[in-house]
Amino acid sequence: MLHLGIGNAGHMFLIISFVTALLASIAYFSAASNESLENSGWKKLGRSLFYLHGVAVIGVVFCLFYIIYNHYFEYQYAWSHSSRELPIYYMISCFWEGQEGSFLLWIFWNAVLGIILINTNKFWEGPIMTIFALVQAFLTSMILGVVLGDLKIGSSPFILMREANLDAPIFLANPNFIPENGKGLNPLLQNYWMVIHPPTLFLGFATTLISFAYCIAGLWKKKFKEWVRPALPWSLFSALVLGLGILMGGYWAYETLTFGGYWNWDPVENGVFVPWLIQIASIHTLIIFRKNNKALRASILLVIATFLLVLYATFLTRSGVLGDASVHSFTDLGLSGQLLIYLFFFIFLSVFFVAKTWKEIPDQDEDVSVYSREFWIFIGAIVLCLSSFQILIPTSFPVVNKVVGFFGGVSKLAPPADQVAFYNNWQIWTAVLIALLSGTGQFFWWKKMDKDQLKNSLILPIIATLVISALIIVLSAINNFEYIILLTAGVYSIIANSIIMVNVLKNSPSLSGGSMAHIGIGMMLIGILYSSGYSKTISKNNSGFLYNEEFDEETNRDHVLLWVNKPQKMKDYNLTYKGQFVEAENYPGFIKKTFLEETGSLGKFLAKKDIFYEDKKYFSQGDTVKIHPENTYFGVDYKQPNGKVFSLYPRNQVNEQMGGNTPSPDIKRTLTKDLYTHVSAIAPTSDEIEWGEMEEFKVQKADTFFINDYVAEIINVEKVDEIPGIVLGPEDAAVKIRIKILDFNQEYIAEPLFIIKNGVVGRIPEVVTDLGLKITVLNITPETDTFQLGVHAVQKDWIIMKAMEKPLINVLWLGTLVMVFGFCVAIYRRYNEFRKMRDKGIE
Amino acid sequence: MKKTHIIGIGVIAIAIVIIISTAGDASTYVTFNEAAEMAQEGDNKSIHVVGKLPKTPNGQIKGIEESPDKLSFSFLLEDNNKKLEKVYYNNPIPADFVRSEQVVIIGSYKKDVFVADNILLKCPSKYEENKLSIK
Repeated sequence: MLHLGIGNAGHMFLIISFVTALLASIAYFSAASNESLENSGWKKLGRSLFYLHGVAVIGVVFCLFYIIYNHYFEYQYAWSHSSRELPIYYMISCFWEGQEGSFLLWIFWNAVLGIILINTNKFWEGPIMTIFALVQAFLTSMILGVVLGDLKIGSSPFILMREANLDAPIFLANPNFIPENGKGLNPLLQNYWMVIHPPTLFLGFATTLISFAYCIAGLWKKKFKEWVRPALPWSLFSALVLGLGILMGGYWAYETLTFGGYWNWDPVENGVFVPWLIQIASIHTLIIFRKNNKALRASILLVIATFLLVLYATFLTRSGVLGDASVHSFTDLGLSGQLLIYLFFFIFLSVFFVAKTWKEIPDQDEDVSVYSREFWIFIGAIVLCLSSFQILIPTSFPVVNKVVGFFGGVSKLAPPADQVAFYNNWQIWTAVLIALLSGTGQFFWWKKMDKDQLKNSLILPIIATLVISALIIVLSAINNFEYIILLTAGVYSIIANSIIMVNVLKNSPSLSGGSMAHIGIGMMLIGILYSSGYSKTISKNNSGFLYNEEFDEETNRDHVLLWVNKPQKMKDYNLTYKGQFVEAENYPGFIKKTFLEETGSLGKFLAKKDIFYEDKKYFSQGDTVKIHPENTYFGVDYKQPNGKVFSLYPRNQVNEQMGGNTPSPDIKRTLTKDLYTHVSAIAPTSDEIEWGEMEEFKVQKADTFFINDYVAEIINVEKVDEIPGIVLGPEDAAVKIRIKILDFNQEYIAEPLFIIKNGVVGRIPEVVTDLGLKITVLNITPETDTFQLGVHAVQKDWIIMKAMEKPLINVLWLGTLVMVFGFCVAIYRRYNEFRKMRDKGIE
Repeated sequence: MKKTHIIGIGVIAIAIVIIISTAGDASTYVTFNEAAEMAQEGDNKSIHVVGKLPKTPNGQIKGIEESPDKLSFSFLLEDNNKKLEKVYYNNPIPADFVRSEQVVIIGSYKKDVFVADNILLKCPSKYEENKLSIK
């Protein structure tokens, strides 16, 4: 039976949320545009409408989650993104896997933030909520799913399968058809980071609106200076959350994808990184303004640009314009037009207010001194802007191609062939400048500087930097010029900021946020320098391979081929591929696939033998073992020079409906470096194997014989009374032949069956996947106790693997934590400033 | 002249340098013929070629040759002008290579042989949601 009620309820909540957002905006607008009406009914009406909007949004969220949670696969969204096998925490990921759900997440955060702002503001409520509610109206319209004549507004998450697939024969035949199961969640997203990365990122997106709203409200109400105080803590919070969201995405990529790092300069990554850089720049100019009443115009422009760039990134990733340029953009839902209207509406609104008030904005026009703090911070902000400009241009190539095409031209710009090198060449220098400026700027910040003062303050950090950097450069043998500069700049930033921090902590700890965050950034730069710059592929081998005979250029190969059980040397390690493993319920480690026997039902296996983990028995022979059948782990032992052995289990996920194989890495983490490995190619799975010709053997029990170079022996013959799926009558007989096969000290047991049922011979062969053998009992001659075996063989199991070392990647993660902590201290301080003023009734 | 003006001029100058350098480093989408012409003119910049893997009448991908150690392979690619060309790739065959609907290769001709430095695959359903296949 179709569950139409819940979808209709969801859609109704959606429409309510759209209408209330629009009305709330109008009501707040009326309240804000007329000061005398400030406390009249308009504001109360706007407030009630926004609360109602919040309730409706929660209603939408509830309905969509209810549909996913209860597996109502008659709904397109549930069918596309979830399946019955998914655990609850991944159902939460399903919720925001699609475009509609992620819009909903954004809308939800905006609603929450709007309600917080209503309750923390007095004067500002009217104007900022006008803008807030307007943005909500735009966002809810994206998932509204209303059709007016030929005009389709938004794409609803509550579309039924039959509505989305009007022409599918199954729905023409039976409109009430409900798919048995959903397509499941993209295996790459089945990762705990995908449970928290999207909400963090979208909270970051949502919070960029707050400072923007304050800024526009300030221009609108001609309170050109006053908006900065309440906006600053939110800008800091937003930068913290957005930065964290970006880093979580990077960490997810590092753990899940196999491009071998955490950052790939993909257009989608850049799309989010650019507004973050501009936001950081805006925070710096806002701080200058708070201290000196300077740089107000720059602050206004940067705060506005941050929000508009978030909208631009939204357009890039959701309109389908990136197409071939990026792997992880969303599918095109036909929202391009709506997204463009959204983007251009706010561009025009911003331009309108800025142009109208530009002359009135009180900005000091006197020239700046090179010895002033604002000068250096301002230079820092400019570096950040140029850095983001450099990223934005190539990221916008697909847009350029589209625009040129739209006007009848031909533009075939493609991203730079080596994207990573292209961006790194530029960004390494912005990193150097930022590290140097963040170290020096701090000294200017805390003291009035002149030439002598500057010399005195800088002499200690510079000497310390040179000594420490020289030591590091010599010890870790850095010989690349760019890296030497970057390292020195990073060390300088850490030392200079640490000196400042120690001084500040003595007097007023609440002011230490800035220096702390900068120390974090310095650490991150050094971590990035080592883990990326000195990332080393250790599975390299120079095989002397030639592209072809006429083409005499030898090439390095980045991979190793490992045959099962056969030791292979790789750099300092001796590797042994141990075969395929699975994860089982109620079992702490990995179980070898050959220990398990299929039962025919998905995910349920029988234990062929007792299964232990560190001497504790978890399964006895014949027990049912439940596994996650999509995941296979390829166990590789690493024997270190000191004789110690550790194992890594890189993964491959097979999800037919998602389009095949998805490898993920496994990482050995140590304090100083990570060893990062993943499979690049694997042997064909058993149903894809093309077996070779059959070879026949005539053997007796306890004879030793050779199958494909493996030593084999029949160790046991036993009568079997029960065979799953086959009913044996009293006249029937079944025999199990137990064959032991040895490969490099690894023992395998094959148990082919020979059955006589109703006088007819049946043979059930056994496949030993690792060794690529299929063994069938062809005949048994009881008189001579001879067994006739048929063996089909293919290549034994193998994997092709890549291994990389990532030195000092922990410095990057540690630096992240330090930066986060610094941000928190700064937010606390700035919010207190606003709160005190508000409580005095000034704002 | 004020310092702010000097800074302003500096910013504009750097921005122009960024644009010029980006345009210089940008790759382009070309066909095999255009790529061959570029190589003949001595321009060995990496370029993008978009194409499909040719199939035999019964749907098998044809022309894939793997090196004996499985660590590299070559394949045939048909570009948008239907020109077939052999492409070498010094890496193992990527998972799902034969399923891909569209292949973008990034590389250049080296002595009459197209060598790909990188391959981007567009698989039928990995990142798409709306294909219905109910058994």
